[in-house]
Amino acid sequence: MKNPFENRKYLIGGLLILISILYVIKLLHLQIIDKSYRLSANNNVLTFVPQFPARGLIYDRNGELIVYNEAAYDLMVIPSQLEDFDTLELCNSLNIDISYLEQKLKEARNYSRYIPSSVVNQISSVNYARLQEKLYKFPGFYVQPRTLRKYSKDIAAHILGYVGEVNKKTISEDSYYKLGDYIGINGIEKSYEKLLRGEKGVNIYLVDVYHRRKGPYQNGRFDTMAVAGSDLTTCFDSDLQEYGEMLMNNKIGSIVAIEPSSGEVLSLVSSPSYKPSLLVGRQRSINYPKLIQDTLKPLFNRALMASYPPGSTFKTINGLIGLQEGVLFPWTSYSCNLGYYSGGVHVSCHAHDSPLQLIGAVKNSCNAYFCNTYRSILDDPKFNDIHDSFENWRKHLISFGLGQKLGLDLTNELAGFIPKAAYFDRIYGEKGWSSLTVISLSIGQGELGLTPLQMANMTSVIANRGYYISPHIIKEPQPAGLERHYADIDSAYYSTIIEGMDQAVNGMPGTGSTARIARIDSIRLCGKTGTAQNPHGKDHSLFIAFAPKDDPKIAISVIVENGGFGATYAAPIASLMIEKYLKGKVKRKWIENYILEANLIDEKQD
Amino acid sequence: MKSRTNILANIDWIIIILYLLLVFLGWINIYSVEYNEETAGSFSFASRHGRQLLWIIFAMIIAGIVVIIDSKFYMYLAWPLYIFMLFLLISVLLIGKEIHGSRSWFVLGGFQFQPSEFAKFITALVLAKYLSSPNMSLKSFKSIIQSVALIFIPAIFILLQPDTGSSLVYASLFIVLYREGLPGIYVLIGFSLMILFILTLVFNKFVVVAGITGIAFLLYFFLEPRKKLFLNGFIIFTLIAGGLAILGLILPGGLSNSVILILSLVISGIIYSALAYIHKLKHIVAIFLFVAGSIIFVFSVDYVFNNILGDHQQKRINVVLGIESDPLGSGYNVNQSKIAIGSGGMWGKGFLRGTQTKFNFVPEQSTDFIFCTVGEEWGFAGSLVLISLFLLLLFRVLFIAERQKNKFNRVYAYSVFSILFFHFVINIGMTIGLVPVIGIPLPFISYGGSSLWAFTILIFILVKIDASRTESL
Repeated sequence: MKNPFENRKYLIGGLLILISILYVIKLLHLQIIDKSYRLSANNNVLTFVPQFPARGLIYDRNGELIVYNEAAYDLMVIPSQLEDFDTLELCNSLNIDISYLEQKLKEARNYSRYIPSSVVNQISSVNYARLQEKLYKFPGFYVQPRTLRKYSKDIAAHILGYVGEVNKKTISEDSYYKLGDYIGINGIEKSYEKLLRGEKGVNIYLVDVYHRRKGPYQNGRFDTMAVAGSDLTTCFDSDLQEYGEMLMNNKIGSIVAIEPSSGEVLSLVSSPSYKPSLLVGRQRSINYPKLIQDTLKPLFNRALMASYPPGSTFKTINGLIGLQEGVLFPWTSYSCNLGYYSGGVHVSCHAHDSPLQLIGAVKNSCNAYFCNTYRSILDDPKFNDIHDSFENWRKHLISFGLGQKLGLDLTNELAGFIPKAAYFDRIYGEKGWSSLTVISLSIGQGELGLTPLQMANMTSVIANRGYYISPHIIKEPQPAGLERHYADIDSAYYSTIIEGMDQAVNGMPGTGSTARIARIDSIRLCGKTGTAQNPHGKDHSLFIAFAPKDDPKIAISVIVENGGFGATYAAPIASLMIEKYLKGKVKRKWIENYILEANLIDEKQD
Repeated sequence: MKSRTNILANIDWIIIILYLLLVFLGWINIYSVEYNEETAGSFSFASRHGRQLLWIIFAMIIAGIVVIIDSKFYMYLAWPLYIFMLFLLISVLLIGKEIHGSRSWFVLGGFQFQPSEFAKFITALVLAKYLSSPNMSLKSFKSIIQSVALIFIPAIFILLQPDTGSSLVYASLFIVLYREGLPGIYVLIGFSLMILFILTLVFNKFVVVAGITGIAFLLYFFLEPRKKLFLNGFIIFTLIAGGLAILGLILPGGLSNSVILILSLVISGIIYSALAYIHKLKHIVAIFLFVAGSIIFVFSVDYVFNNILGDHQQKRINVVLGIESDPLGSGYNVNQSKIAIGSGGMWGKGFLRGTQTKFNFVPEQSTDFIFCTVGEEWGFAGSLVLISLFLLLLFRVLFIAERQKNKFNRVYAYSVFSILFFHFVINIGMTIGLVPVIGIPLPFISYGGSSLWAFTILIFILVKIDASRTESL
């Protein structure tokens, strides 16, 4: 039987011949006709010299240059090109030990005989000048120019992060990086790495058998230019940041300040901190282990990663939820006799006027008032049981950005903790708990964890009367997805709570205002103190605030660990920060001195 | 039943000699890539050339087993093997180890195994089995769809790993379908789509759509005997396009050229349909289908390219098409590879004397880019020898295919041809910069146990079924 398609074999065979001829012609061209690909017969080779772009600069919100670059030089070696040389002379001109050099050469050989490895990193310009004259004596070694980070103000380590050598894992995952390249490791340097780093270029040189450069290969036809990294403008105010770090000196804690109308982070202090210049260049290997071992954890970014119970600052939120749910009204009045008593549970309170309405309760920070409020939220008859009402309450909290990452454009942000109803089911059994069991949540104690960033953001919602914009640290280029997130509380309800926060700071002396110390004569500041119980020691001092009342420019949260009452440290610090930001300088020197002199770290260690 | 000695006598020794030569050349070149003056003289099974030698020895044993097994076995076991292979391809997605971003490997102790390599010969067997079933004809649309499905199912699982290169290999099996009677029109359509694909990426969509419109009017002009109708049609289109262009000037946002062009095509398309109905024009329907089909294709290519393909895949295609020059990025491998091959000259630098291929500047030096070493150390002469060996092998497979009496054998042989052909063309093509960088090995030459064994099985099943072709079935 003759197959009707048999002739198709000629077409298939023809295709094979056609492609083979094409390939042979291309090979003929590559290998014989086009001499440019040929390296001359005496076995010349190419050497690839990467061109490292300058890393992008970082400015603060006022256009002040914060991070820039300085030239430095790495001594590189290609083991296959090494010849006998005077090791002692090389070591002397670099101030290194012979054993160090031998170790490095061994590592380089193990890595690759043909790919350059670095021997000594970040040689200063002065040493480089000295070395360069002698370099001809050391075949196989060459110098690679690099840039190092410099800081005009040695601040904001937790925002800026640092730059270091790329690790093996990253190299295997991203082909852009080669051994010895630098990469942002934390903070902005990491989250904006792609923008800051630019693009490497490469110059290809012909070198002869003595590894002397004979000029660019093919007149640089295959060379690429390095593309410089993009500059970034950040949202933080370097003066305010510096001031904040100064105030937090000798204290453990955090300050986060946000511009409510834009979500721009004006300041982000985590204390204790470290000087960013400590982690640049050759000092890094000396300083990093010290910082890692420091028991006060200066590398730990408390502003984003530590979570605290918010204490009484949280009463503002529970008040808002009560109003929204229709179980609380501005005129609702509860009496307080040094605390809240119910079913054998006692939540104590300090002495103040009684009974109080909502504004007065915020002003005086009455515990009993908010225990009553919280119970009416959870025992609200419109819900089937506590599970429903609790989940409803939790849903409100989520809408304030609590219990979740806010998507700040920095690395390592944590979500904090807002329990679910199921959490209490696991502890007490499904029917084993009631509003009374979780009563401490009413005053921001117990099973709650908020990061300082979340507290500042929640204060932004109050300042904006109902919404926040995703907090961010970079202004230019503007991050994507900056939108308004509305808390599910009607904007009409905020005025009462804000009035209470105003009264807490600006109430007449002797009327029970808890935060009069935060008062600034020329600025209408609204705030709420918090004192968070701490099972490990003295209470944490907390304060949230925004100002001015009618056109908020700054919302702030301050946490001073083991600082005692909210009004003791956190409130004055927040007040000073706001004065500094809005007025440019601080007039109330006595408060400033009081804070600067406070040393809670030595006290703790005593 | 014939005796075993008869089988040995019937074996095609030419193909076996070519196979052995290629495997030997492969090992020589892997040795050269891994060669290092410091470790010269020492030999260890931990080194790549050591391990490759081990795999070659195993490959010989596997080849022996494949030849001993009864040839009917391959026909009867095609389906069970296919099912088992699909099971493996799914499991590797779930429990495979991720290496270089794709989940293609099972790792058992120190042993790694890549199921997608073995999927090739199994798919070839099942395709042969399917196409050789009685009353099978590729004239029926249903059997075309079914055979395409048989080819695509493993390809899709491999694409999910993702291993784009290995999954593209399956496209080569269309050669088999073509030889077995796939109507020529499919090949023509496939070919035009390929050209349209490249044009879409090289020029912008607007230019391509404008070109299609021009061709449509040319066709219309030649096919329409009543030139007045053509003139009317042309005027209608021009008026609409002109009107929209003026509208674009008036509207605040303006209209982009492509919006104007496409709107004019749609509006005039509606008017033409009415005209076609009134004047009973037939060919205009075909022209419509051509225009509409092409435009949809152009836009989907554009969409797929920009939204579905990964960054590195886009770049690789762009570099080959000459849209993007990126010597350090995607073009880097290709440039390195071209420099290495080009530096070989006529006679090459000699065994172990390559310099470019020793820098480790080209990644995958001993696997996908092994041809660089051949080009550098053995020069044009060596490259020519290697290409000739492959040509001889491929033509021998073609010759064997055509001498088969039964369809199963022929389809299988053509599948072997297609798979080897594709690997050969793509792998060498990418090292000399004529094809995008698609990471697939050069058969028998590249480093790697799974690939060597899979190609060995592929070839030796062919040797076996060819040797027993005279047996009655």
